[in-house]
Amino acid sequence: MMRLQFILGKLLRGLLTLLLAVTFVFVVLRVSGDPVSMMLPDDTPPAIVAEYRVSLGLDKSLPEQYVRFIWSALHGDLGYSFRNDRPALTVVLERVPMTLLLGLSGFAITVVIGLLTGIAAALKRGTSIDHAAMAFSIFGHSMPNFFLAILMILLFSMTWRVLPSSGGATWWHLILPAVTLGIINAGTVARFTRSSMLEVLHQPYMRTARAKGLRLTRRVMSHAIPNAAIPVVTVLGLRLGGLIAGAVVIETVFAWPGIGLMLVNAVSQRDLPVVQTIVLLVALTMVVTNFVVDLTYGWLDPRIENRQSKEG
Amino acid sequence: MAIEQSIPAPRSRWVSLKGAGRPRFIILLCIAWLLLVLAVAIGADYLAPFAYTEQSLLNRLKPPAFMGGNPKYLLGTDGLGRDVLSRLIYATRMSVLIAIVGSMIGATVGTLLGFLAAHFRGLVEDIVMVFVDFQASMPFFIIALAVLAFFGNNFELFLVVVGLYGWEVYARLTRSLVLQANGQGYAFAIRTLGVHPIRIYARHILPNILSVLIVQVTLNFPELILVETSLSFLGLGIQPPQTSLGLMLGEGRNYLATAWWTGIPAGIVIFLTTLSISLVGDWLRDRLDPTLKVTEA
Repeated sequence: MMRLQFILGKLLRGLLTLLLAVTFVFVVLRVSGDPVSMMLPDDTPPAIVAEYRVSLGLDKSLPEQYVRFIWSALHGDLGYSFRNDRPALTVVLERVPMTLLLGLSGFAITVVIGLLTGIAAALKRGTSIDHAAMAFSIFGHSMPNFFLAILMILLFSMTWRVLPSSGGATWWHLILPAVTLGIINAGTVARFTRSSMLEVLHQPYMRTARAKGLRLTRRVMSHAIPNAAIPVVTVLGLRLGGLIAGAVVIETVFAWPGIGLMLVNAVSQRDLPVVQTIVLLVALTMVVTNFVVDLTYGWLDPRIENRQSKEG
Repeated sequence: MAIEQSIPAPRSRWVSLKGAGRPRFIILLCIAWLLLVLAVAIGADYLAPFAYTEQSLLNRLKPPAFMGGNPKYLLGTDGLGRDVLSRLIYATRMSVLIAIVGSMIGATVGTLLGFLAAHFRGLVEDIVMVFVDFQASMPFFIIALAVLAFFGNNFELFLVVVGLYGWEVYARLTRSLVLQANGQGYAFAIRTLGVHPIRIYARHILPNILSVLIVQVTLNFPELILVETSLSFLGLGIQPPQTSLGLMLGEGRNYLATAWWTGIPAGIVIFLTTLSISLVGDWLRDRLDPTLKVTEA
């Protein structure tokens, strides 16, 4: 009962976010100017303009347009790209695999570096390992991703000439952007992992495990890490949802042909259907990942579910 | 935790002295750097040896003085023969200006909405919180890009868009703090005296929650600099002939192979500034809100 209520609540919240995202796009699109005048040359005869308005449904009342807009968005009809006259959704979806490839590779690097650094720092608290790990964390947090990207290119592509700096043609091209993405996010993950581990290491059950005579590896692997995982999973999950958004800058610097690069180009060319498609796609991925994270969270720690469904 | 703290005193004192002494020097360095950045931003007109738009096509891409360049151009010149040091100074002014004004926008809007939500409760609170949830679950960067795409770019719009970064955190924070404060004795006492709610909030509750909000500003500020410089770096923020640290690095990207000095200094300034604010912010947080220390350890 509690569980169903919890899931339904989260689901409702997710749908509300999606509806708001669609509304946001609709409102901004209507407020920012007449789409017809943007699509047609200035000297178009009024008859043709009127015809376009009818064909796009712009002659209808705003509420009706709004409903139609949501309806067509639900059907995946998000207009045609101004640039190459193909459905915006198709154009965008073609780029998804490249963004996923880069995003997931970077994510894997984040997870490995972040978790290992965080766990090592917590276990060796107060030592130079801990200090180094925290310095790395602050570095990752303060370093602008585009600056790190440029330094990477300067070092690996220009000075040492070992890795290609732009494009997505071969696996070699994946290395620099993925490592840059991974390092930038690893700092935050390391910090969260460390504080979460420290909290767990103080718990009475850790002392009990030690008193039972369990080895350090066993205590860490099967007692500390599962319990420390809960907040870390949330942070990681949110990072996963933000993959597309996070890759915008990195993709642009490394000319990686993914959604991020496409978004930047679409914004500077004002290709509005493509921009709105990407915004909605990002909203959808965020809502879905948030939902999945919430479910995992409730599964990892049933106390949260109970507390939240009592509150709201 | 109490057991941990009763470890023999001499050792813990040594540890705490070491802990307090070491970062303090770094913090001082950070504060010095931030003061320098602020001074440069304020005094840009007096400090810059050249106008930031002044071109000298005969002196294009000259290396910095320390690399054997003309000592007139301390950090060299860029692709249009403009003095990199002067541009760096004006870019710093622009980025600092946007970060400061932007912070005020976000903090004001967010705090105000938080107060409204906490005061009216009910429907107002629900609406505010729905938007807070929406903003929190949508990547801000994407929203900002979409707004800039739909409305086209101009300076005022860009300033407001960047400024709104993080408003939802202020709103959420203020709401919960005000709700908490409203339930406390002092707020109740003043209310029974018949004081107007606005006066209660402005004179009594705001000063009490201000320290937490200031801590939030220090957390928000470096991220705001990153948002502005990222957008400008992509060519979607500050537009030439104006310049910002992000735009400078973005322009310098084209000369990486031949003249790295046109962009890299801007990157270094961004990094050192966000780093300094983060470290000073952490330190400030410990000073302003001792309760956080306990939960963190």
